[in-house]
Amino acid sequence: MATKTTELATVGTHLKREATTAEGLQYLTFTLAGESYGIDILQVQEIRGWVPVTKVPNAPSFVRGVMNLRGAIVPVIDLRLRFGLESVEYTKTTVVIVVTVRSEQGGRIVGMVVDGVSDVLNINNAADIKDPPDFGTAVNTEFISGLVTIEAEMVMLLDVDRLLSIEEMFAMESIRGADAARATA
Amino acid sequence: MAIDIGQFVQTFFEESLEGLDIMEAGLLALPPGAADLEQINTIFRAAHSIKGGSGTFGFKEVTDFTHVMETLLDKMREGQLAVTSEAVNSLLESVDCLREMLMAVRQNTDIDNARVGDLQGRLTQLLERKGAASGTADATGHRGPVASQPLPPAGGWLIGFRPHLDLMHRGNDPVRIFRELAALGDLTVRPDFSRLPRLAEIQPEDCYLAWELELRGDAGHEAVTEVFAWVEDDCDLSIDALVETVVPPVTGKTAAEEPGQGELLLERRSGDRRKSDRRGSGAAADSGSIRVSIDKVDAVINLVGELVTTQSMLSALGVDFDMDRIDKLHEALDQLDRNTRDLQEHVMRIRMLPVSSVFSRFPRMVHDISEKLGKRVELQISGEQTEIDKTVIEKIGDPLIHLVRNSLDHGIEPPGERGTKPQTGIITLNAYHKSGSIFIEVGDDGRGLDRDALRRKGLDSGLLRPGEEYSDEQIHELIFHPGLSTAKQISDVSGRGVGMDVVRRNIQDVGGNIQIASHPGRGSMITICLPLTLAILDGQLVSVGQDCYIIPLLSIVESVQIRAEAINRMAGKCEVLRFRGQHLPILRLYELFGAEDAVTDLEKGLLVVVEADGRQVGLFVDDLQGQQQVSIKSLEKNFRRVSGVAGATILGDGRVGLILDISGLIRVNNAAM
Repeated sequence: MATKTTELATVGTHLKREATTAEGLQYLTFTLAGESYGIDILQVQEIRGWVPVTKVPNAPSFVRGVMNLRGAIVPVIDLRLRFGLESVEYTKTTVVIVVTVRSEQGGRIVGMVVDGVSDVLNINNAADIKDPPDFGTAVNTEFISGLVTIEAEMVMLLDVDRLLSIEEMFAMESIRGADAARATA
Repeated sequence: MAIDIGQFVQTFFEESLEGLDIMEAGLLALPPGAADLEQINTIFRAAHSIKGGSGTFGFKEVTDFTHVMETLLDKMREGQLAVTSEAVNSLLESVDCLREMLMAVRQNTDIDNARVGDLQGRLTQLLERKGAASGTADATGHRGPVASQPLPPAGGWLIGFRPHLDLMHRGNDPVRIFRELAALGDLTVRPDFSRLPRLAEIQPEDCYLAWELELRGDAGHEAVTEVFAWVEDDCDLSIDALVETVVPPVTGKTAAEEPGQGELLLERRSGDRRKSDRRGSGAAADSGSIRVSIDKVDAVINLVGELVTTQSMLSALGVDFDMDRIDKLHEALDQLDRNTRDLQEHVMRIRMLPVSSVFSRFPRMVHDISEKLGKRVELQISGEQTEIDKTVIEKIGDPLIHLVRNSLDHGIEPPGERGTKPQTGIITLNAYHKSGSIFIEVGDDGRGLDRDALRRKGLDSGLLRPGEEYSDEQIHELIFHPGLSTAKQISDVSGRGVGMDVVRRNIQDVGGNIQIASHPGRGSMITICLPLTLAILDGQLVSVGQDCYIIPLLSIVESVQIRAEAINRMAGKCEVLRFRGQHLPILRLYELFGAEDAVTDLEKGLLVVVEADGRQVGLFVDDLQGQQQVSIKSLEKNFRRVSGVAGATILGDGRVGLILDISGLIRVNNAAM
């Protein structure tokens, strides 16, 4: 048991809470550019089909715009663009996963566009979650809270709170913008 | 005690502040000389509640102070003390002081003890002077904060107080009652232990004791009963006269002496300033809750009932729908539409408060300032039941104060300079609804704006060009420019030239505008136009490419088609349109917002001329869509602030439309250039 707690300390904070209160952990898995990702199912509000959104001026490219979620204005993030992958045409299977993101300002609702939703993943033993390997600075793994291997397939568990933090996204964009400016100059 | 009284503290503060407002209004309405019993009673009751409450929560300073006020009021009520203007002024000042004390207690800051002591002393002095002047030896024996008095004459009450066992369950504390009684006279307490059970049987929260109280003094039966008012249902009470009490003769005294009046007023002014400072911090704490009349809530509940009926009608229709019943469907949809609109309107109304909550502070202010300036002024208030959104109400208080002060200081002439007009000047405050907006007028029958002086100032500051003719409106407009004051001397009431620009900015912040009309020698009238609510605005939908934006209708001046020959490029970059004798910068919305497939040829689109912060720009759009009321939704809640965008709304087709922030857009554009 001691090993379990030490391992848990490295993964997302919500995992810690879950491990003490519930037996199993549940993750919603989805695909993005052929890879599988999972997010804590308790943070998922709903899954919707893609509908055109309203563009927001002067926002980073991965912010597709805002949509109307029963009267609330909700930003929609393209996860492919967020990860720096190439974008694709949206198809019938393109879905928006609406998640609750915990931030300093309280809970935010954010939609994220993924290629398709796969399954709900049950993890009964928290020890199955492995730490993401350290690639140094070559690959940014800060949004990945852990890795799980299910039948030879690897699922990357995402820390949604960090991944979809509006502040972080804009901070990142301004750094990119500065880099681009320097490159052109 | 098992009950946690902490949760009631907030209620106590709210009620006490309300009580203070009641006291203030009552004191102002009190005619000097004549004792209006009903009025004094109202004031007394308010003071008494504050005293009782503060005692419960252990705010000793407040209790002691209110007690002195209460004693003074009691004397007035019983006719032993004349209602002089000195007394009224002192009491008014005490109300201010008490308000500050409450705020200090609430925010855990220090109470201004010197001020409290000073006022308390003055009130005591008033009480004592009464004793000396009436010549009778009926001065009450004040305990506690007031200097002790000679022993009262024989007379008083024998009180049998046998509380029920559960007295303390209800938050009552006999000791507090005794303390209050002790303030009325000389109190002897004899406990009765007969009901006390054996130690093992004692319930710690029950009250087993009974008391026999002997109160010596000239306290009236009523005053004694009042002390027990909270507990009369929880105890067996008998109040018998010890000796026949002599009702003291009613002595009607006039205000023989009013020394120190000027000093008093000056001090009160400084108190007022502190009061307004305090309001800033207090408002933040208060904004959380709102008092709603039950009628409004009932109306909403009724409407929800109707909505549910319509909904069940519609779902019944939907069970096996065929085209024969299309009429019924339309009917039901119409009804739904009506229900929704009514419901929206009524829910909005919950946020609406009568403007009287702002107006009510003016009688006091006009009373104080006019006395200080030596002017005779009558304040006429009308339309105070007009309702405005709570957020707007909070924002217009300070601008209105400023306007009324201006009228008092600059508008109304001192007596003797008013010519043929009545010597008493009139300031009017009026509020009314008109065509979806709220209008508030502040008028006076004073000297009006000094057109020549304004013109001179305008020329001096370079705002006007010499040799040109200006209309009255253009000249009057000058008073809204920062740093311009026509006051010949700077007083602490007004005249520093910071003011009208701030007033205008505050009004514009809540989406309103302000206009001034003035006639030399006949007075001026300032009209403020405010939107009914901040949650809904009238918008003009415009299309840019595939996107749809909303421009607040209030900021639109006009929409024009552009001819290419009227366009100039300044420094090859900024496009301007020569238009009605001015040069209008053109903002291409599709460029600013990165819209695709938009019309880029200026001649093929439309230019919407908008105004904000006194500047005009032209927004280039593809086309105008419709006008509609839109409800403003926050972008910040789930996303963040976007420059140039005031908020978002849901359009008829369910998509999100962005509402443009015109002054923000102008700023963005300026920064880009």
